[in-house]
Amino acid sequence: MEGSTIIFYLLAALTLVSGILAVSTRQIFRAAIFLLFSLIGIAGLYFWMQFQFIAAVQIVVYVGGITVLIIFSIFLTQKAGEKMPKQKIGRQIFSALAAFCGFALVMVQVYQYTFSSNINEAVSPTVENIGNRMLSVGEGGFALPFEVVSMLLLAALVGCIVIAMRSPTETVNEEKTEILIEEEIDVIV
Amino acid sequence: MLQPGLYHILFISTALFFIGVYGFFTRRNLITVLMSVELVLNSVNLNFIAFNKYLWADKLDGLFFTIFIIAIAAAEAAVAIAIIINLYRSHHSIDVERAEEMKF
Repeated sequence: MEGSTIIFYLLAALTLVSGILAVSTRQIFRAAIFLLFSLIGIAGLYFWMQFQFIAAVQIVVYVGGITVLIIFSIFLTQKAGEKMPKQKIGRQIFSALAAFCGFALVMVQVYQYTFSSNINEAVSPTVENIGNRMLSVGEGGFALPFEVVSMLLLAALVGCIVIAMRSPTETVNEEKTEILIEEEIDVIV
Repeated sequence: MLQPGLYHILFISTALFFIGVYGFFTRRNLITVLMSVELVLNSVNLNFIAFNKYLWADKLDGLFFTIFIIAIAAAEAAVAIAIIINLYRSHHSIDVERAEEMKF
């Protein structure tokens, strides 16, 4: 057995086991950490398939960005060390059954189908090729989706700020209470 | 053990997809639901890359789909967390069963 095969199975096990733990553990912070390991395993699979750029993007965006965002929001909204309430056992069993049935259905379909690969010369996914293809406006270029995604990111940025911003009335009320508290303190002093 | 190929990667991505679906069904906390969605999106990315590598190696289309999905997933996570924080501010809970009305 070759080394790359062993590495593949190790990465697959890391991805799947930490994925299962991420959806089944009752401590939300641990769930976030297991999600992190699952994403790292997927990045390792991209490295294994020799898509280095995608693996780097996966690590930067998912492991470095989204997971940190999730952990921050856990800190902002959860009480530390508190376990999530237990789910009903019936719901768990039926969810697992539904997920397993879907999995079996898809796998049966996949194994019955024979994929035919084409035999043209392979394009290596180097950064140079990716950059040329992404910004070309000709045949097979991705300049328009690139621009659309940049607009989407801008809209998401503005939308996040608007959604998470306090409403003006709320702020005014808090300021008033702060002023009242200060006055009370002055009176006491 | 077999030499890993397309079918192995499809197995992993399908398993990861349905792990995410299981989490989506069972979890009642919005942040963990978001984590399950991330797992589902990652399994889709893995699928695109595998098809690009093993079936259409002469093109880079799967790779571009993956890049755009990653960008959109980042935007989606940011918006979802903004909504979660806003919900926590108004309801003091991010349990999906306590958030019953859509008004502010």
